[in-house]
Amino acid sequence: MREAEAKLRERFPDAGYYRHNENRLYITVPRERVTEACRFLHLERAMRLAICTGIDTRAGYEMLYHFSDDANGGLYTLKVIAPKDDPRIESQASWFPSTDWIEREMTELMGIEFPGHPDMRPLLTSDTDWDPEEKPLRRDYQRRGDKHERG
Amino acid sequence: MSAANDKQRRIVPIGPYHPLQEEPEFFKLVVEGEKVVDIEIHLGYNHRGHEFISPELTYDQVPFLVERICGICSNSHPLAAVMAVEDICNLEIPERAKYLRVIVHELERIHSHLLWVGLAGHFIGYNTVWMWAWKYRDAVLDVFEMLVGNRNHYAMNKPGGVRHDLKPEMVGPIEAAMAEVEKKTWLLTKAVLDDPVIHARLEGVGILTHEQSLAYSCLGPTSRASGVPGDVRKDEPHAAYPYLDWNVITFPEGDVFAKAKVRLLEIIESVKMVRQCLKQIPDGPIEARVEEVPPGEGCGRTEAPRGEVFHYMRSDGTNRPLRHKVRAPSYMNIASNKVACVGGTIADAAITLAAVDPCYCCTERMAAFENGQQRYSWNELLRLSWEKTESIRRGMKK
Repeated sequence: MREAEAKLRERFPDAGYYRHNENRLYITVPRERVTEACRFLHLERAMRLAICTGIDTRAGYEMLYHFSDDANGGLYTLKVIAPKDDPRIESQASWFPSTDWIEREMTELMGIEFPGHPDMRPLLTSDTDWDPEEKPLRRDYQRRGDKHERG
Repeated sequence: MSAANDKQRRIVPIGPYHPLQEEPEFFKLVVEGEKVVDIEIHLGYNHRGHEFISPELTYDQVPFLVERICGICSNSHPLAAVMAVEDICNLEIPERAKYLRVIVHELERIHSHLLWVGLAGHFIGYNTVWMWAWKYRDAVLDVFEMLVGNRNHYAMNKPGGVRHDLKPEMVGPIEAAMAEVEKKTWLLTKAVLDDPVIHARLEGVGILTHEQSLAYSCLGPTSRASGVPGDVRKDEPHAAYPYLDWNVITFPEGDVFAKAKVRLLEIIESVKMVRQCLKQIPDGPIEARVEEVPPGEGCGRTEAPRGEVFHYMRSDGTNRPLRHKVRAPSYMNIASNKVACVGGTIADAAITLAAVDPCYCCTERMAAFENGQQRYSWNELLRLSWEKTESIRRGMKK
């Protein structure tokens, strides 16, 4: 895991690194370099995408790409932050099928936009009675019939 | 798609309620004659909003919620969730708890794989395999009932350890059940490998190549049958797995037959692991105390019967997670049907779609009818279940 980290630091000196323990590395990359970082981890280091996570935080919408290095062990999490007034992150779906569904899911539940996604229909929410403007995983979301603030 | 082509193409819908798998998902097969040329997958009919509910619960309550995501892998989700909490705290659990986690986890794999073997037989019209595999599976459920008091939803894991201890008098019945399962699994394996009809139905059907498996990030038996040796139990050793002697089963072919072989042989490996655990398990406490969860983030992952279950949690220092992401293995595996199904025939589509072992709940146990009249009411079934648990307890005390 140390060797991969050294390669990452060499290639992405402008990223922020945080090692939580022996098997967990968190890398905050600038929004413009997310595709480059994903391609590096998946194609050059042969890592598997475990899943992506979107989080609504004060800093903006965070998108985490969890990559697992099955051959050498270790979990690498790429972190990209999109500001709330411009929640756009480049889509990876055209070259990386694993990200197809999760990008659709994060768009409908969190409202992060992925320009360049080939097929942005809702994945989980209903086609008939769900208002596409409702984003249930946002912190300011109010449940229907429940006007209490969350969190 | 040109207009001339359009005329020859038809859509065969499977779902939204799958007639065989009895679960809500919708496959639209685009066919030319008998041949499947494209597939469209619709999900979300059973979306229950766990990621929304979880941040409203405390860390102790979350395992009970995620346990109910699935009735079959109802140990994998809580295990991954508590491992995420332990990852945030950088907490090491007691040795005895590690072994207990493996015992329940491997028992779950055995019953889940037997369940799939039965269903696979059912899908290709081989109902004898279905009935027999499910009969053999029942022995494992009896072990669960003895161990934790429930046949599904074991409530085994908590942040810092496990809830139920293994009593010395339980070892004998578990070993007896394992001997039975091993014997019957070999019988099933040999029957499957020798049967020319099963060869004809499964060999070369629904092939997922090595490259496709990597591109779709497939997991578990689905990827191991395509020659990808990924298994979280080996790749990220957790619980008692590093102390045990076992093999990762892989086959290079990528067809449904290979997937069946992987699952059958994995049952044997799991039996091996349970036996080693029963021999090696040390005495000691079964839980470490979690005083508080510091702010931070953690990932928990474990190998469910269908592949890696992944949980991500972020803590802000309160007693509830700020965000809890859950990814079940079928989420990645079902997407690969796009490539596995195309090129085959409609008749093969049913088993190909089922070959990734998509997950659904089986919480209702039975309803008995006689001459058109329901024989037992819900309460009577419940009473039967209690009586059975009681008789197992009495049998143990002897």
